[in-house]
Amino acid sequence: MCDTCGCGQPDEAVTLRKPGQNSHSHLHDHDHHHDQDHSHSHDHSHDHSHDHGRTVEVETNVLEKNNLLAERNRGYFEAKNIFALNLVSSPGAGKTTLLEKTISQIKDKTECAVIEGDQQTMNDAERIAATGAAVIQVNTGTGCHLDSEMVNQGSKELELKDNSILFIENVGNLVCPALFDLGEAHKVVIISVTEGDDKPHKYPTMFSVSDLCIINKTDLLPYVDFNVDKCKEYARQVNPNIKFIEASATKGDGMQKWIDWLLAHSK
Amino acid sequence: MHEMSIAVSIVDIVCKKAKEENAKKINNIVLDVGELSGIMIDALEFGFEAATKSTLADGAQLKINRIQGKAFCKNCDKHFHIENEFTPCPTCDDYNIELLKGKELNIKSFNID
Repeated sequence: MCDTCGCGQPDEAVTLRKPGQNSHSHLHDHDHHHDQDHSHSHDHSHDHSHDHGRTVEVETNVLEKNNLLAERNRGYFEAKNIFALNLVSSPGAGKTTLLEKTISQIKDKTECAVIEGDQQTMNDAERIAATGAAVIQVNTGTGCHLDSEMVNQGSKELELKDNSILFIENVGNLVCPALFDLGEAHKVVIISVTEGDDKPHKYPTMFSVSDLCIINKTDLLPYVDFNVDKCKEYARQVNPNIKFIEASATKGDGMQKWIDWLLAHSK
Repeated sequence: MHEMSIAVSIVDIVCKKAKEENAKKINNIVLDVGELSGIMIDALEFGFEAATKSTLADGAQLKINRIQGKAFCKNCDKHFHIENEFTPCPTCDDYNIELLKGKELNIKSFNID
């Protein structure tokens, strides 16, 4: 998809690359309708009525293409018994650190693979690669979210193993990724205590579509104004079924609860 | 700014269907957009204009039906209007509600020559 201005932004803006690889792949299989050398000067006015033509009823969900491919991804994951999680948060909430620590703790018990989403850089993929997990970096260019096509291609290139866990680390953004189903079993939203405890009210859609909320960096609670109970209350107002785990990925507090949740749900 | 990729999707979907109808031109596109769909209308309109350039939909008018949020309280069985996802039931103040309307993001129809 062309996320910049809808005009002249090639699909090649999205790249997929594994750490240590010099070449990268692109998303290819959709049509682009832009001409590079078009002129935009129109002399006609736009205030005349356009309703004299023929009306075609469609009733189509705008996200249908994304949703259909997400369902295909979901079917693929189910068939291979792959537990896929879509990790979403603001930038800097600690998703990558959480993943590094998680993979290090569970890699002897279960195979892990990661799709890393960022606008630019291989930094996160390199951090994950150091844990020994299979990883592919999707650079979305100017795009603000992963979509099901990126996950579809990333999954193929990762050659996912049966009975494994796939972590999809979305682009750091509490708005846009909420709308795009990737085929995951659960969305997990991560909020750190250095953010405002009212994030669930400010970004309700993300909290309403997530099944689990990890409150991260709890070791910093003595130094910040974050009220854990209030944050949970706000999140439950948006989504009464949401579950919580309080953790500090860097210090290890609460990590066992998260690991237990993962292993219990991935069976 | 996911509205841009949403706008591109709208134009892709409608242009494809319009070609199947042998359209020479798309005059308008009608959408249903729910109040709780997570879409900013201004950003969508801005993105739409850019996304239509040099397509069959170039110059097409975007008509948006805003769909009001409606919810049902599972505690007291009442229906009510909801403007955001953290609104409690106005009757019993419970948050255990089911959203019935307001998440729409649908292309209703389009008009072609």
